[in-house]
Amino acid sequence: MPSSELHDRPALLEASALAFARNDEPIFGPLDFALHSAEVVLIEGDNGAGKSTLLRVLSGLLAPTSGEIRLNGEPLTLARLSPQVALLSHQSGLKPELTALENLRFAAGLHGVRTGTSPATALAGVGLEGYADVPTRQLSAGQKKRVALARVLLAPVGLWLLDEPYANLDLEGIRLVNRLLENHANRGGAALITSHGAYAYTSGTPRSIPLRAGQGGNDSGGGGASVVDSSGSVAAEAAPTGPGIGTASRSSSATGTRAP
Amino acid sequence: MKPGTTAAACAALIRRDLTLVWRRRGDALNPILFALIVVSLFPLALGPEPENLRRIAAGVVFVALLLAGLLALDTLFRSDYEDGSLEQLVLSPHPLSLLLACKIAVHWLTTALPLILIAPLLGELLHIAEPVRWVLPTALLLATPLLSLLGAVCVALTVGMHRSGMLVALLVLPLYVPVLIFGAGACNAAQAGLPFLAPLLWLGAALVLALVLAPMACAAALRISLS
Repeated sequence: MPSSELHDRPALLEASALAFARNDEPIFGPLDFALHSAEVVLIEGDNGAGKSTLLRVLSGLLAPTSGEIRLNGEPLTLARLSPQVALLSHQSGLKPELTALENLRFAAGLHGVRTGTSPATALAGVGLEGYADVPTRQLSAGQKKRVALARVLLAPVGLWLLDEPYANLDLEGIRLVNRLLENHANRGGAALITSHGAYAYTSGTPRSIPLRAGQGGNDSGGGGASVVDSSGSVAAEAAPTGPGIGTASRSSSATGTRAP
Repeated sequence: MKPGTTAAACAALIRRDLTLVWRRRGDALNPILFALIVVSLFPLALGPEPENLRRIAAGVVFVALLLAGLLALDTLFRSDYEDGSLEQLVLSPHPLSLLLACKIAVHWLTTALPLILIAPLLGELLHIAEPVRWVLPTALLLATPLLSLLGAVCVALTVGMHRSGMLVALLVLPLYVPVLIFGAGACNAAQAGLPFLAPLLWLGAALVLALVLAPMACAAALRISLS
């Protein structure tokens, strides 16, 4: 799908001058960026740069100290947000006493299911066909991560917020995450993923938002931004305004995409 | 894309929590054993004279069950907080207060109801007086849901802290005092041959109020704890 068409609509998620401070100590920001449908954006930063906090703020679990988040052009409230967002955080959200399938069934009841998926197909979709009846306690860290990813896959939402989706995964798992992200983007969904750099979204070159500890990062959309298009390859953004950001860059620390 | 109904979400939550209690059923016995031991300490300390014990029977059982319930409160949100399920609960598209009400109901059903069922036995251990025998479980049926609801709000406030056990007790026990006064008051009135309906009705009224307000307060407290 042509990205220019997508960007005529309001951004799926848009942050302006977004900042968060804990006990007067700035964690990140001010930050300006926009996320459109069919986009996968990588949040890059060192340990302690505030990546996880940013995702928690965007998910609505934490209130930003200043700035604004808009969802489809509307200011964010938790009530409007939660039917549209799936969060994968450091804690898996899985019950060790329940089997993988029971955990997913609970998630399906709580969040609903995406049309055409079921807990069983989601589990198969992350390569855990034979593990439906194994208590989650007995799964390895990587397998737990896969079950948590299956939960995200199952949720009927457009926006994925994935905190370190590559952590604990083997090479096949990393490819799996990339494939899931691509499929999600092809469906018109969007994803914001964090990485400390050891692993990366390798399918083409995603747009990235660099975060530095205690200071603002900025959208790299000033010309270098790119969007994963429906074929899974990368369509470079030609317009210097980037994917509908509209706000002026606050610092020049953002140097653009991960591409060489 | 269909976000599922609120009823389905509540049913899924209740089913999951009941399954979890069943998988950890060894732990479910602990409050019962605790109450049994606390009650059996009184004859050891005060001597076995039936007249002495009869006078304090209802009050002792009430306090023992209250303390057992206090110990069980910690399990309400602890594991959900630690494994991240609580975040998922908050992010679900359904009213958090309703989901929490379901959670509290399951918690009451699996921790307080067994205690109420053994209350007559605990009463017998203390030679409980004949007229109190049925007033005590009735008072407990009204009082324990109230205790669970009040306790849930305090636990929700402290779930983000490590080693919050003593703090929860300090927050919760003052709130439990009126419940104890009315509950044990009904038992004492029955034992003295006085009308005992009024304190029971007060408990009922407070329970209705708490059923409506406590889940909302609990939801607000959890949002604070998670941030």
